[in-house]
Amino acid sequence: MHAFDYQAPTTVADAIQLMAKHNGTARPLAGGTDLIDQMRVGRLTPELLIDVKKLKELNVLSAGPDGLHLGAAVPCYRIYGDETVNSQYTALADSCHIIGGIQIQSRASMGGNLCNSGPAADSTPSMIALDGVCVIAGPDGTREVPVEAFCTGPGQNVLKPGELLVEVRFPPRPAHSGSHYRRMIPRNEMDIAVVGVGASVVLDQGGQNFVSARISLGAVAPTPLFAQAAGDLLAGQSVSDASLDKAAAAAREIVSPITDMRGTREYRIHVTGVLVKRVLQAAVARARGEEIDYRRGH
Amino acid sequence: MSGKRVVTLTVNGDRVEFLCEARQTLLEVLRNNLDLTGTKEGCSNGNCGACTVIMDGRPVVSCLVLAVEAEGSELRTIEGVARGSHLDEVQSAFLEGAALQCGICTPGFIVQTEALLEENPNPTEDDIRFYLAGNLCRCTGYDKIVRAVQAAAEARQVAAN
Repeated sequence: MHAFDYQAPTTVADAIQLMAKHNGTARPLAGGTDLIDQMRVGRLTPELLIDVKKLKELNVLSAGPDGLHLGAAVPCYRIYGDETVNSQYTALADSCHIIGGIQIQSRASMGGNLCNSGPAADSTPSMIALDGVCVIAGPDGTREVPVEAFCTGPGQNVLKPGELLVEVRFPPRPAHSGSHYRRMIPRNEMDIAVVGVGASVVLDQGGQNFVSARISLGAVAPTPLFAQAAGDLLAGQSVSDASLDKAAAAAREIVSPITDMRGTREYRIHVTGVLVKRVLQAAVARARGEEIDYRRGH
Repeated sequence: MSGKRVVTLTVNGDRVEFLCEARQTLLEVLRNNLDLTGTKEGCSNGNCGACTVIMDGRPVVSCLVLAVEAEGSELRTIEGVARGSHLDEVQSAFLEGAALQCGICTPGFIVQTEALLEENPNPTEDDIRFYLAGNLCRCTGYDKIVRAVQAAAEARQVAAN
């Protein structure tokens, strides 16, 4: 690996100052599971790594009346080990269980997954479905960006030099809501999504009609997508094969996948529809308090 | 660019100090500076699990950890698994079950199994396969490894009762 400097500041202000001072040549280091590999192969050559794991704001994982605060450096195992996440923000746990293997989950963070900005990132669709908002600190203060607007292209995002993702904040979960993420891969674990789908639904009191839904798609476009029109179609509709099929068709309309070794464009478009329906069914079941037929990694 | 720095940590119960550059991985330092060569280098990109060690109670791939990040941490490596000159249940089960052929992946599998049994002393076959999914073996086809983990779990349960 090339030579670089390493700093582990203990306040966000110090971290921002370091980031700004090294204008574009510094990279934040959280779990390092993407960054260290990218440096090893020479794709990234930062002069300074700023270890953000000692910043308390980036290690926050707490739920309150204003929703869930998820610090950008919180590793996957803490996320799926959290009671509130499992009961209310379940899609986040679904994602964290299938990012890499257990060793990767000890270190990898959803903030890092987002900042790496891969089109097939497994946690970004969950964050979009759950209406996450990125809290970004920089030399000019703090700004907020919805997760669906964060990625701008493969490996690219809205962060400007000197800016740091501090946390992703999620609104409180309404009653009768449920969420899910799953991906299609040809094996059981340790693979990159052919297609990934996240969904969050809110049902009426009887659990028979949609109040609202948010659907998100991964690995089918240069960035993870928010399938807003597909979700909006479901508002006020009954939960039925017909309504789910309509949403699946609308989601298929917005994808622009590539053909590669993981699947052809046609296959990915087809799987998008299949997964949207299944993920919505699972989110509905969770909203109704039912067990779902899903084993992580299968 | 920058000079070397001192890192202090605990390895297998012993306090250890070493000098390293920021660019050195924990795997490099374990093998090259500390002569703890039981931890193996496989892919060096986080896919194979051969370099698995337990850092502050969590299994990690040491090829994707910078040595400087280990400052103040508590590390357990394959060298810390045996109890003195006695193999522990996991090591014995791998040996007795012939759960290895060439052996290069074995330290990683054993350390990962230690982490599994610490977290879940009575895992199902599915739990085992899922927990060990980050460890690759090109020889055994995994079945003997899975059976060895089951045998180790049983041996530990018997020993505990």
